[in-house]
Amino acid sequence: MCVHFVKGWWPEMTYLAKPTLHHPSLTKNRVGFTRRDYEGKISTLCAGCGHDSISAAIIQACWELDVEPHRVAKLSGIGCSSKTPDYFLGNSHGFNTVHGRMPSVLTGAYLANRELIYLGVSGDGDSASIGLGQFAHVMRRGVNMTYIVENNGVYGLTKGQFSATADKGSKSKRGQVNNDAPLDLVTLALVMGATFVGRGFSGDKTQLVPLIKAALAHQGAAVIDVLSPCLAFNNHTGSTKSYDYVREHNEAVNRLDFWPQREEITAEYGEGEVTEVRQHDGSVVRLRKLHADYDPTDRIRAMSYIQEHAARGEVVTGLLYLDVDSADLHEQLGTVDAPLNTLGAAELCPGSAALEQINASLR
Amino acid sequence: MQKIEAINDFVVKFANINGSGSASANELFARAILRMGVPVSPRNIFPSNIQGLPTWFEVRVTEHGYLGRRGGVDMMVTMNPQTWDQDVREIDPGGYLFYDSSKPIPRARFRDDIHVIGMPVTEICNNAYTDSRERQLLKNIIYIGALTQLLEIDPAEIEKLFGEQYKGKEKLFDANVQALNLGRDYAQQHLKRIALKVERRDAVGDKVFVDGNSAAALGCVYGGATVCAWYPITPSSSVAEAFIRYTQKLRVDPATGQHRYAIVQAEDELASIGMVVGAGWNGARSFTATSGPGISLMTEFIGLAYFAEIPAVVINVQRGGPSTGMPTRTQQADVLACAYASHGDTRHVLLFPEDPYECFEMSAQALDLAERLQTPIFVMSDLDIGMNQRLCRPFAWDESREYDRGKVMTREALDAGTDFGRYLDVDGDGIPYRTYPGTHPTKGGYFTRGSTKNAYAGYSEAGADYVYNMQRLLRKFETAKSLVPLPVLTAAKFPARFAAIFYGSTSPAMHEAIDALAEQGIYINALRIRAFPFQNEIADFIAAHSKVFVLEQNLDGQLTTLLINEAGVSPASLIRVLHYDGTPITARFITQEIAERVSRINVRPLREGMVA
Repeated sequence: MCVHFVKGWWPEMTYLAKPTLHHPSLTKNRVGFTRRDYEGKISTLCAGCGHDSISAAIIQACWELDVEPHRVAKLSGIGCSSKTPDYFLGNSHGFNTVHGRMPSVLTGAYLANRELIYLGVSGDGDSASIGLGQFAHVMRRGVNMTYIVENNGVYGLTKGQFSATADKGSKSKRGQVNNDAPLDLVTLALVMGATFVGRGFSGDKTQLVPLIKAALAHQGAAVIDVLSPCLAFNNHTGSTKSYDYVREHNEAVNRLDFWPQREEITAEYGEGEVTEVRQHDGSVVRLRKLHADYDPTDRIRAMSYIQEHAARGEVVTGLLYLDVDSADLHEQLGTVDAPLNTLGAAELCPGSAALEQINASLR
Repeated sequence: MQKIEAINDFVVKFANINGSGSASANELFARAILRMGVPVSPRNIFPSNIQGLPTWFEVRVTEHGYLGRRGGVDMMVTMNPQTWDQDVREIDPGGYLFYDSSKPIPRARFRDDIHVIGMPVTEICNNAYTDSRERQLLKNIIYIGALTQLLEIDPAEIEKLFGEQYKGKEKLFDANVQALNLGRDYAQQHLKRIALKVERRDAVGDKVFVDGNSAAALGCVYGGATVCAWYPITPSSSVAEAFIRYTQKLRVDPATGQHRYAIVQAEDELASIGMVVGAGWNGARSFTATSGPGISLMTEFIGLAYFAEIPAVVINVQRGGPSTGMPTRTQQADVLACAYASHGDTRHVLLFPEDPYECFEMSAQALDLAERLQTPIFVMSDLDIGMNQRLCRPFAWDESREYDRGKVMTREALDAGTDFGRYLDVDGDGIPYRTYPGTHPTKGGYFTRGSTKNAYAGYSEAGADYVYNMQRLLRKFETAKSLVPLPVLTAAKFPARFAAIFYGSTSPAMHEAIDALAEQGIYINALRIRAFPFQNEIADFIAAHSKVFVLEQNLDGQLTTLLINEAGVSPASLIRVLHYDGTPITARFITQEIAERVSRINVRPLREGMVA
């Protein structure tokens, strides 16, 4: 039998229920949830898919951050990556929107309620092609969100076509050579004004989890481009998005430790080993430098550094840029502190006397 | 030679050059007449251009309060040599041509059956002013001055309007009054009286003079919209701009200066509707304003909002289509595009405002309907209503009116163990409950998607789940019938065989045509449709008449198609009367078309050997 996988149409096997029995020894975080409470449905992606590692990292990050799961809104577009919000934070509201346009829906949701944490999950097919415009504009506006791109350089759900992030000269599983120049979402995010930019690798959870935690705490547009190899269609020799290639060419510029604002910093470091960056909300990011000349607060330098390394075929990972003075869209718009979706007629309707005045001015 | 004589009942058309400041001067002319207690109906007929192309401004003076476009021109004020020939042609026999005689114009380019009034406007202006911008703007005021003299418009009313417009700007006020008097003095000394005249009346009452786009924006403020996402497109941009203006005045927290609203000018219509959908999903009242091409772009998201059941309000200020079409002309040509927007089986609720008063009412109501029905609601305005100032009933707001937030399941209800199925029809009206994101730590969360699902929002491709959902959506649409505004019947004075159906901006021309037809002995019952889905009253009305004229401002008879498709009406009983050249439909057009068809229908039975 031939099975045709159509984009956005892969059946999710929701009949695979997870056991709800919790082991009594599962530890609870400060807000009273176990790690299990941050999980979602069982993934229907291929075994070994990088995306599942990213879902696990999101679960770990949210649990460690003591975020109440239901205070996270998770939104996605269309594609393999965009299916993953069903596989973590099962008690959160999720929204699988239309192809490439998660950013606009997320922007609207964020305008409606500034108090939730907004997590956007997308892929290279979703964000670098049809979604390129919305990707750029959501950065420009400083929407307070964490935008995770699960980047595998290939269209998985439609079985292996190149995506716009595929490197020029890289080979498809069938041996075709990609002739188009690649789109680098990290560089684009930097150009467009994202105030937190990182790159991770689904195969390196110790790097990825603190990156996600710091991004979630960041007040402004945070992007993490996560290289996430596709085992089914893009993990062969000649691919520049395979596990082997990324491992061999990964140039991590720093190692990150993250402390939420209320937490005491406990780790000890040797002198001169770390840079400490305090974010807008009081949280602290500590960077152990792996490359002495890399300064993640210098946006212009970051862009050239990334480009220089890319020209050598190297993939720069880590926290690439952080603007601690970021302002988010609500600050720019000057909206009230209370979420707009909680305001009622008393706050919103100017009343009949004001209308009478307007009538009088129109005569 | 015959001379058109009229008091308070004539049409003056101004031919100008775009970007010369003429529109404000011509509006001043209209307002002055209004201040004399005589209703006017102005229409700005402008090009898709900022400067240099021809533009017209038509003012209908109408003591009877007929606010539709009448058709024909009694007096043409030509200030644009580019369009001279067509402007002169357009004047009704016996009418008047007011022109700038600073440069000689060959005799052959005039007509013998009209009255010509020449005034060296440019010459007078250039003698009085040296600054080029001053010359350009005050030239308009000079001809307005002459017209007030010719038509006996009270100059005190114009001065009062100057006073309101230039409050605290003495210099501008003085310059304008001076220019007005330059025109008045010339006309008094050199021009003969004409037989068109404005006389003071008390026929305006408490009506307000406002454009439909401002009214729609105000309706969104009163209706509790907190999120507006938009992308500029003619003729809808002024909806969002007015929303910005009104919220800055009416929605700022007096203590903190913070805003109880968020407005984003999006990168395109794909993003603006996306933001509206996101905000609606998250429990904020949100809207966008757009026009035809914007609707085309938004269609995918509209389908998502329909299927995922998310409140959204779209104010569609229709223009001429298809494609870029006629961006600055009016049509009712998006009826089908909006009623069935999206691939797959969809139906959307449409509201058809007749004037700015209803733009206000229906925009506020659309926000209630969107949340009650959890679906996109379209307010189908058009350029004629949206961008022209129209005299209408004053806006009203009942202080006891509450916002209908629809079926929202609360944390308390979830704690009490209420069964929550996001797409479950619990009380038979087809409308499910929803939860706002972040409501409860362990209950009520669900995954929203555009793909098929079961009643508990779980992904499902089971045929039974799909059918349950689609049937429920049909029930929901049925429920909508009981919530949307009812049609309005205007019954003929005598029993009538014929009937007419109309909607939206056709309304004032239609009402005038009904009176004109009655004078010819043709009586028709008229029904103004105010919403889709169609209530049973509409099908009953059609069934009660042998022939029903359906008046539309599009080529395809789109509402007729919708009536046949959705109201089970026999196509044989409907006669399309269509006006689609981009200008607003006129009473003269309607009267003539219906009278002609009625006479044809009345003779046919005899010829066919049937009993009439």
